[in-house]
Order: sequence, then C-alpha cells, then structure tokens
Amino acid sequence: MKHLISMQDVSTKDIMKLIDLADKIENKKINVDMTGKLAALLFFEPSTRTHFSFETAVKKLGGNTFSMSGTNSTSVKKGETLSDTLMTISMYADLIVMRHIIEGAARFAAETVDVPVINAGDGTNQHPTQAMLDLYSIKKTQGTLENLTIGLIGDLRLGRTVHSLSQALSDFNTKFYFASPSHLQMPKYITDDLDKKGIQYQELEDIKEVMHELDIMYVTRIQKERFAVLEDYEKVKDSYIITKKLLEGVKNNFKVLHPLPRVNEITTEVDNTKYAYYFQQAKNGVYMRQAIITELLNLKY
Amino acid sequence: MNKEKLKVDPIKNGTVIDHVTAGKALKVADILNIENSTKEIMIGLNLSSKKMEKKDIIKIENREISKQEANSIALISPTATLIIIKDYKVVKKFGIDIPKEIKQHIICPNSHCITNHEQVKTRFILAGKNPIEVRCAYCEKKYFIDEVKFSF
Repeated sequence: MKHLISMQDVSTKDIMKLIDLADKIENKKINVDMTGKLAALLFFEPSTRTHFSFETAVKKLGGNTFSMSGTNSTSVKKGETLSDTLMTISMYADLIVMRHIIEGAARFAAETVDVPVINAGDGTNQHPTQAMLDLYSIKKTQGTLENLTIGLIGDLRLGRTVHSLSQALSDFNTKFYFASPSHLQMPKYITDDLDKKGIQYQELEDIKEVMHELDIMYVTRIQKERFAVLEDYEKVKDSYIITKKLLEGVKNNFKVLHPLPRVNEITTEVDNTKYAYYFQQAKNGVYMRQAIITELLNLKY
Repeated sequence: MNKEKLKVDPIKNGTVIDHVTAGKALKVADILNIENSTKEIMIGLNLSSKKMEKKDIIKIENREISKQEANSIALISPTATLIIIKDYKVVKKFGIDIPKEIKQHIICPNSHCITNHEQVKTRFILAGKNPIEVRCAYCEKKYFIDEVKFSF
C-alpha cells in the first residue's frame, strides 16, 4: 500500500494485516519508530475529532506534525490551486493526511504528490480510516469479522461511514439489517454491490424486531435538517434513539458502535451498560491510524 | 438491387459504422467530430434491420476510424459494427469492445467531484454492461451512460 484513499482499494488481506498491526501496537508487542518524520495534517474542512486522532497517532509513534484547519489563513484563500498547495506541502512533509469537502480530492492528491496520502474524508465519498477503525473495533469485540449480523441504523443515505463500512464488511459474509426512515435509506449503488456479492440484507424502518439477532449495532445520527417538514422528524425520531430498554434481551456479545459525535441518538444511560463501545472505538482509532501510518511509511519496528 | 442499397450508397474508401443503436447516430457523429469534417458523410436514421428492429448507419468517405475512437462509440452504441472499406471491398470488420476504463471523454455529472474543480482528466471505470454504467475513479459515483455528457 502506498496510499489509503478508498476502501475500494483495500483488499481483505490488507484489512487483516492492518488489524494485526494495530493489535500489536495497542498491546505493545512492537515499538514503532517514526522519529524524524513529519506528517502534514491538512484539514481543508475542519474536523476536531479526526484531526486530534491523527495528531495523537503521529506523536505516539514519535513523529511530528504540522497542521492546517480550514482555509481562512492560507494561500488557498488567495486562489492557489489544490495541486500547487499539495506540491508545496509535499516538499516539506513525509506524509499527507487530508480532509477536503470535494469528492475525489484525496485520489487527486495521491496522483499529484510523491509522498503517501491518507484520505481523512472527502466530501460524502470515503473515510477509510474510520472504516478501518470500525473493523478493528468489531474484530476486537467479536473475535472475528466473519459471519456476523450487523445492524446499521440512522441516516444511511448520506453517511459516508456506513457506506465504507458496509462495502468493507461485504467480503466477510455479513448479514445486514439497515434501519432508516424511507428517504434516508442506503443508496442503490451500495445495495447493488451487495446484491452482486450475494450478501444478505434487509431494509427496515424499525430495528426493534431484530435486536436479539444482532452482534453489532452501528448507530449514526439523523439530522433534523434532512427533513423538509419538522413534524415528519418528530414522528420518526424515537425509532432511531437507542435506549437502555431497547437493549433488553440482546445477545451477550452485542455491542453498540457510533462514529461520534453523538447528539441524542444514544441516551447517556446506555453509556454505563456493557454494550456501549463507542468511546473505546474512538481510542481504537488511534491504534489503527498508528498502524496505517506505520504501513504506508514502511516504518521500522 | 435491394431496398437498403437504394437508401445508402456504397463508399469507395473509408468506414461504415453499422448497427448503431437507433437514434444514436447523431451522437456518434458528434463524438467522432464529423460535423466539422469536409469529407463525404452519409447518415441513416431508423433504418430497418434484420439483426435489430431499427438501426442507424454512418458512412464516412476517406477516413479510417481508429480502435480508440471506436471504443468511445461503444459507450453510446455497444452494438455497433465497424467496417473498413478499401476500393469498395470490405478489408476489416469488427465489433467494438466496451473499454474497462475510459479516460478523459466523460464529464463527471457530480458538481462536487474534483474533476470539476481542478485541472485533471476524468477517468471512469466500467461498472455494468447492460445497461452500461460507469463509475468515476475520483468521486466514485456511479452513472448510467445516458446520464453523462461527453467531451471529445
């Protein structure tokens, strides 16, 4: 792997290799050395969480960072092309981590510069490090990625996280339940791909009836703004809020995942149950990003 | 002399593009940029055909269509056959393959795609054949071929 741009480019073998590496880093079985290397964290679209996670990952490896958040005080504001910005930055940095609102910007970056590029989110398209940390979290909690039953709930139409994740899991014989309001369903291009691979999935408006079957429930936020009429939102919002009561009778190995930030879609009473895993999931993100950087920079350990 | 021959005269040298999907000949002509050509060109629309219910046909004098040009036609009319004529004789006849990757000719309909913001040639991957679907290599959005515009 030279870059990490899209889960479409990541093979099952790559996934297993990165999970193994993240596990070794987390459990201190290896000691990776990034001393003397510099990562440029270019967040053309600001993001606190992913930005901090990458910064933590680089620093824990012994590397250093320089950052950009938003484009207000940069040459981009003066009209510099993305290509020129990237070329210049690549003269300084050993690695570029980039988030951009324009879809395909990360692929373009990887084709423009000689240093490795990590896509930290490109518009509504891909967020592969999130998908990888989700896979790591699933593997850690279930012991396997094979033959699991996974419910994805919330806004499945616009959430790039659930798109990348369902694509990545489709090679592991997953059985999916997709629960969303009818106008926020999983896009057809995703379900078409699942059909082609012969993956079982069912689209529901309410997750209640299948809770006892699930190994993992992956929750995403439904934004009020996605509804033209506020009344429509009020009607459905309770169906997509995870409460302690909803979790009665779930499997023993069941876990709730969420890419965060959470607003009200998981009640705080769930946080204290053994099923809540979203904060550990965020922590796993640091180990997985350390693993990805180690692999792309071919760091010694 | 049968009816079809009466409709479209034979050419001495050049290319006949036969079995063009009915109604697509003008688009094919556009792709091949023959509207600006000074060569003799005949275009037949909605002709009856044994193979297809209806077909279009294009005959171009003194121009041999290249394989790459033919591949561009494949996206619009995958059924087309190319016949190269020399001295009134058929010297080559071939169906056209749909290319797995199409560089540069398709404009990505996604206004948020990087190809509509930076100086970069588009690249599309064939994602389905019946009907033809293509996926942008950059923004990864999928489109039916009728949904995209071309630039040649």
